Amino acid sequence: MSSDNTIPYIERSKKYYEAQGFHKPYAWSHSTETPFTRLKKPLPESKVTIVTTTMPDDSYVDEQRRLAIGDLKNPPEKFFTDGLFWDRDATHTDDRETYFPINELNRRVAAGELGDLAEHYYCVPTIYSHRRTAARDAPKIVQSCLKDKVDVALLVPL
Amino acid sequence: MSLVARQLEENGIATVIFGSAKDILTYCGAPRFVFTDFPLGNPCGRPYDIESQQLIMSTALSLLETADTPGQSTDIPLRWESKVDWKKNFMYVGAENRESLRAAGESRRKKQAELRERIVKNDG
Repeated sequence: MSSDNTIPYIERSKKYYEAQGFHKPYAWSHSTETPFTRLKKPLPESKVTIVTTTMPDDSYVDEQRRLAIGDLKNPPEKFFTDGLFWDRDATHTDDRETYFPINELNRRVAAGELGDLAEHYYCVPTIYSHRRTAARDAPKIVQSCLKDKVDVALLVPL
Repeated sequence: MSLVARQLEENGIATVIFGSAKDILTYCGAPRFVFTDFPLGNPCGRPYDIESQQLIMSTALSLLETADTPGQSTDIPLRWESKVDWKKNFMYVGAENRESLRAAGESRRKKQAELRERIVKNDG
């Protein structure tokens, strides 16, 4: 356990997969420079989207996991959360709001705290290679967000 | 997920990541994130607990408005109440489960090999 009592996931997953006989540890992407954009408009004028690592339905099993782009104003009642790295013993994913906070966004748009919902949401697979995410999926998400004139993206890895 | 956030930021779209794995978010260079010290699976709040969900969303939106340097984050002042020691149990490795982990790895490698074979066949 690290000194601040948070779980050291990188170190722990390395030991866990080693115990399963996987000797090449998963390598998270790493960079010393971080790009950054300030909010361009006040939130009550901003258009917001959600990016999730869950999938829209259970047809997205491991080998078929791929980028999915859906209608943010009409998302599925439940997303497919199997096959992802989350704690099945301590919690569950029965409440969509805990990882896809669409009701909360709708409430804030209605209250005038946010400008509008974007046209689309994004389900991005993250269990493959960085190259695939960086070269294929992320550019498609960027392109779609620019087309929709999105100002703010909320990203929720499960 | 940080890779996606980084490309969005490079293209002028402000992002905030909701996460419960602080070491990963920090290591990967997330442009902005709110950290909630919960078991992985509920980064936007406790299930069916609107109060915690609203607190996390308000904190994320506030971070979007106020952050002026890359990599800024806010810790959510909530604690996961549980009768079990979830921090110890998650991905636990010990003498008592070493054999079952080895067998699970073996089975996973077999499935992965089958999948690779199927992909090669389909591509061919």
